[in-house]
Amino acid sequence: MISIFLATGILISIAIGLSLYRVVKGPGIFNRTAAVNIIGTKTIALLVVMGYYFERPYFFDIALLYAMINFIGTLVFAKYLEKGNLWS
Amino acid sequence: MVLIHILVSFLLGTGLFFTFVGSIGLLRFPDFYTRLHATGKCDTLGAGLIILGLLVYHFFHYTETPLIPTKLVFLIFFIFIANPTATHALMKAAYQIGIKPWRLGEKRQ
Repeated sequence: MISIFLATGILISIAIGLSLYRVVKGPGIFNRTAAVNIIGTKTIALLVVMGYYFERPYFFDIALLYAMINFIGTLVFAKYLEKGNLWS
Repeated sequence: MVLIHILVSFLLGTGLFFTFVGSIGLLRFPDFYTRLHATGKCDTLGAGLIILGLLVYHFFHYTETPLIPTKLVFLIFFIFIANPTATHALMKAAYQIGIKPWRLGEKRQ
């Protein structure tokens, strides 16, 4: 079962590498922001799988925190791109 | 126990399938809106299915720690609420700013 977790983690990392192409190449700021959001969501799943592979449950707290930071970061970035400033 | 392992492997494999479909859609679609259409759903479902499989694994292997599955349930709940909201906010910002949607026959953006 441990090897299945390892394979899952490696495949999620390959998917993150595929999404990284859109961050580097993608035309415009919106493609890059969307790709960063997608990478953040994949990273949450990767953190949970790593917590079971190394048998350390502290990774789940990091995954929860990462989910919140990813969500708030994307919302703040969307508001900044739409309105031009953050405090209006 | 073998049946539990098969179920966990099935859930992990389905989650990986959806994750890869989302990534390939992010690479291959011609427009910003269609790219978000591909990834906003596939990635949410993929991450949710992977965490659900690990939740099933935890229920049958580590029965003495009931706090950690609660954290995973909260994580699934939060992802299923927050990720479509972030996608919607990003897409609405792009529409307000005036990015034109791709039409058939135009050049890929």
